[in-house]
Amino acid sequence: MIAAIHLGIGQVAASLALVAVAAVVSIWQRADLERDVAIATVRSFIQLTAIGYVIKLIFEQNNLAFVAALLAVMVLFGAITARHRARRVPHAFWPLLLALALAGATTLLLVVALGVFKPQARYLVPVGGMVIGNAMTAAAVALNRLGDDVADGAAQIEATLALGATASEAMRPLLRRSLRSGMIPLIDSTKTTGLIFFPGTMVGMLLAGATPINAVRLQLILLYVLLGSVALAALTSVHIAYRNFFTKAHQLRELPQPSG
Amino acid sequence: MLFALREMTYRRGGRVILPALTVALEEGMTALVGPSGAGKSTLLRLLNRLADPDSGTIHYRGRDLRDYDVLELRREIALVPQLPALLPGSVAENVSYGPRLCGRQCELNRALALAGLDSTFAERSAQQLSVGEQQRVMLARALALEPAVLLLDEPTAALDERSRDAVERTLLELHQRVSAAIIVVTHDQGQAHRLGDRVLILDGGRIQPQPQAVSA
Repeated sequence: MIAAIHLGIGQVAASLALVAVAAVVSIWQRADLERDVAIATVRSFIQLTAIGYVIKLIFEQNNLAFVAALLAVMVLFGAITARHRARRVPHAFWPLLLALALAGATTLLLVVALGVFKPQARYLVPVGGMVIGNAMTAAAVALNRLGDDVADGAAQIEATLALGATASEAMRPLLRRSLRSGMIPLIDSTKTTGLIFFPGTMVGMLLAGATPINAVRLQLILLYVLLGSVALAALTSVHIAYRNFFTKAHQLRELPQPSG
Repeated sequence: MLFALREMTYRRGGRVILPALTVALEEGMTALVGPSGAGKSTLLRLLNRLADPDSGTIHYRGRDLRDYDVLELRREIALVPQLPALLPGSVAENVSYGPRLCGRQCELNRALALAGLDSTFAERSAQQLSVGEQQRVMLARALALEPAVLLLDEPTAALDERSRDAVERTLLELHQRVSAAIIVVTHDQGQAHRLGDRVLILDGGRIQPQPQAVSA
């Protein structure tokens, strides 16, 4: 059992000294990031405090409908955020929304069905948040690559379509590359975990007083769960989104100009 | 009549590329000549249905292009684009790609020979060929589909004079050996006359027959 630790607001305030270090470095080196450091500090404080109270409420209620509602909001914001990184993909929002929802729902249902976690708010909320967050990054990276590859490879795609290939056949190599782009960062960090860095969950557990073995086991579970969810998110987003590049007659649409 | 375009307009990026074009394209070898940006490549893309007109119609052998199954149509009206765009893999894999899509056998050596390549090219990596050789593989890849119409977009634009002459000889031989109608787009008036049974000029979005058309 993890021994709960209690942190006062004073300890949080003390850690701001390190934010001051970041600000000083920025000013000293004229990196022009002090404003961003300030915004990041204030936003993280407000957002995490707010979500902390929401999670506290949901833990107290322990009602799965509240859990589902919170995760749905995360999926929605995740899709909106990821869409900005997939600017070259037409109408990327819906594929992203579906990808995050599917990855989140499938992963949580599986871990509950396999008995890894109990169907309780205190497990589903943090695990769901991690799954959706990682799924969002993977889907955004995959669609970003897809948009770039379609723009760069339009001639190749049309040459293949001209031979009577369907849009799906013409896109096969690009879909494979996009899927790999979405999955590789997590696979690589999973390979080096424990050697080059300590993952966040394990660090949190150790700080909270868990035994190292328990911390490692939970971390392993999460890493394995994330591998599956990231694969699902990248696969779903890429395979739905590529269709938006084509008309029903297997014609490559005029590509939108990336904004910003 | 091979193709009949009636009041056909095509826009791209809000700009009119081909305004209300009306023209008939006949069987045999037609050379379509015009300056860069005249819409020649766009016209070939429209004939292959890689794009559709914004208004007006294109008929192929008496039927609207849109009434054909688009995938079958593209195998029947094969387009060889201006720049080589081969798939990673061997020449054989590239040439047999089209027939394999529709479950047909590929007469690899015949397609290579028609494009002026000997059978030793089959196992070579497509990416390691010269531009001229890649262009011939693109031609072989289209010929492997045994198309009824062959659309060639600037087939020698990226080649030096010697390679250009060799490709022109290949195309003239091809014209004798296969029954396919050929439409070749070029910016080179001389080439248009050397290759075409008839020469059409596309300029400012209008097509006119070349007044002093000369057979090659």
